[in-house]
Amino acid sequence: MRHSGVLAAAALAFAGALSVQATPPQYVNDEAIAGEGMPRLLSDYGFFADLGEQVPVPHVYPYRLNTPLYSDGADKLRFVYRAPGTQFRADGEGLIDMPVGAALIKTFAFGEGESRRLIETRVLLHRADGWVALPYLWNEEQTDAQLAVAGARIDLTTPKGEAISYRVPNKNQCKECHGLDDAVVPIGPKARNLSGDWLAQMVAAGHLDRMPQGADQLPLWEAREGASLNAAARAYLDVNCAHCHRPGSTASNSGLDLRWEQEDPHALGIGKRPVAAGRGAGGHLFDIVPGSPDKSILTYRMASPEPGVAMPEIGKETVDEDGLEVVRRWIGEMTP
Amino acid sequence: MIRLTFAAALLASASPLLAETHTVSPGEGAQARLQEALILALPGDEIVLEAGRYALTDGLSLDVDNVTVRGAGMDGTVLDFTGQQGAGEGFLITSDNVTVRDFALENPKGDGIKSKGADNIVYHRIRVTWTRGPHEENGAYGIYPVESTGVLVDGVKVTGASDAGIYVGQSNGITVRNSIAEANVAGIEIENSRNALVEHNVATRNTGGILVFDLPGLPVMGGGNVIVANNLVVANDTPNFAPAGNIVAGVRRGTGIMVMANDKVLVENNILSGNPTAPVMVIAYTQPFEDERYNPLPREVTIGENTYDGGGYDPQLDGAEMLLAAFGGELPPVLWDGLGSVAAVEGTAGWSLNLTEAGKGLGGAQPGPLSVAEPTGEFDRSGIGAPAALEARLAG
Repeated sequence: MRHSGVLAAAALAFAGALSVQATPPQYVNDEAIAGEGMPRLLSDYGFFADLGEQVPVPHVYPYRLNTPLYSDGADKLRFVYRAPGTQFRADGEGLIDMPVGAALIKTFAFGEGESRRLIETRVLLHRADGWVALPYLWNEEQTDAQLAVAGARIDLTTPKGEAISYRVPNKNQCKECHGLDDAVVPIGPKARNLSGDWLAQMVAAGHLDRMPQGADQLPLWEAREGASLNAAARAYLDVNCAHCHRPGSTASNSGLDLRWEQEDPHALGIGKRPVAAGRGAGGHLFDIVPGSPDKSILTYRMASPEPGVAMPEIGKETVDEDGLEVVRRWIGEMTP
Repeated sequence: MIRLTFAAALLASASPLLAETHTVSPGEGAQARLQEALILALPGDEIVLEAGRYALTDGLSLDVDNVTVRGAGMDGTVLDFTGQQGAGEGFLITSDNVTVRDFALENPKGDGIKSKGADNIVYHRIRVTWTRGPHEENGAYGIYPVESTGVLVDGVKVTGASDAGIYVGQSNGITVRNSIAEANVAGIEIENSRNALVEHNVATRNTGGILVFDLPGLPVMGGGNVIVANNLVVANDTPNFAPAGNIVAGVRRGTGIMVMANDKVLVENNILSGNPTAPVMVIAYTQPFEDERYNPLPREVTIGENTYDGGGYDPQLDGAEMLLAAFGGELPPVLWDGLGSVAAVEGTAGWSLNLTEAGKGLGGAQPGPLSVAEPTGEFDRSGIGAPAALEARLAG
């Protein structure tokens, strides 16, 4: 389903490219990205030729992640903008290095086709003094989105039919996940979690300097049955947990490090006692008990919708049953 | 002369000249208005929370340096998180030189106020209360500074935390004083931290009053240089209500002051009464661990003059009946497991388990009267406590 969304976005992008020949060319407002202020409207940036349909202007490229972050089943439309005269640089399997002037745009939508509603768009702007994260909330008419530094709550129904109070994060909450060593950084566009084809296209078009080593390692989430269980589970934990559970980030004090590259079993939670879990421990003694997902704090917290217990703490209201199933199986197949 | 004074005042002020005050009132839209003020504040600004009850649905956060958040008193301004739907704490602070003072948080779903990597923070006259009293589904920590250098906690009051009321973790340069920790599992906890001064507090009706310890496997290790002095540690007799799995779930009901796996700790001039397991307990870490950086033993712990009103009269210990019988109906006030190094002033009544190896359980215990050396020389107090500069922020 997500895949078809990406194809649709690509097709729309193509249509958008055609349409610009008939109308005056549209350009991104580089001053909005690089300046000091917080633009009030999403339209101020000029990222889209058709905002409501999410058709990007030239130099704004749609992309997807192999394994995405779970956000209550939202369809996520991701775009990256490259400023004129700059080139993205490959940096191994890690984050693509995007020079000052770049922007990442992610729109969260619920519903299909005619009933699709855009809820919020989050932008990451690379300014001279670092990345800035800002949330924009879509209006009822679906014509534009307005800056909402304090975030918001929106009542909606998830694709699974759960009625929830969806949380649009506030500006500080952006940093809770995007903060690393006291700076704001992108999380998603790491070469290891990007499609090799997409990266090759970016290189061929001159947007990216070269093909990164270690690209395309994380499995496609919807095709995870064809990947090893270990790869699927570790990819899931890397994408959904490791932005906080890693050194230098929000949950560093827990000592739990769920990054893809982490190989120390204790750092990954195996046989690791909780530090500040409180009631989040659910009566269990260790983050991961090999062979026993029912005795592991990790899965206990993933399976809870309750604030104070639920993990991740922000960015979702519902339990990701698919992710939970993979992590449960992964723990279940570990040798005690 | 006047000009000179003005220049001096300018130099003395660390804040921008145009520091502003933003006033927030309770009522409709308080969540968004308050959070917006916290986000849009500039360094030097003060956010004033007018008196009243703020019904909040989500955690608040502050990420701007040098901001003061001031309420109208810990019973006047109440941030009510009873209806909280998201976030892991009531209020998260991630910037430096922040002062929070004179307001309360009630019923946060997770922790109360957490400050992480927030250097030189002052908590003054903050109240965090879980209003239903002890309950295992209450949040873990009330006041929760972690990974910070420079922490001053003064005049706070925490009730009902299912882990620690006042918890300072992985930090350096700490003072916790003039505060009340009541009916939490642990009243005050200093964990994996250095240079901490815990003085003039009241710890009562907790499971354990004041705990100082180190845990393995954390990013910051090597806790020590801690003074626990002039505290009233009374009637810590609430049954442990921590969710199982947490380290404090192992704290025995009736522990007054506990020192575990730490280096250079002074316990003196405290008043200890009604702590039925052990008014003072000095022990090694009991669990297996693999962290090579970790030392499980208590080292150079000094028990100075304290006022003990009785000892362990109802200990939650294996073989309690036999122990009580052996010691004449009540255990002496100071319990040591026999591991590491402890000194105590002359006349300190205590007993030792006389263990010889850490992490091997109590099987090898050979309980007997405490027999340790007296302290040699003065305890080195240099560098202990919060930076003096933080005091100035308590004015007003």
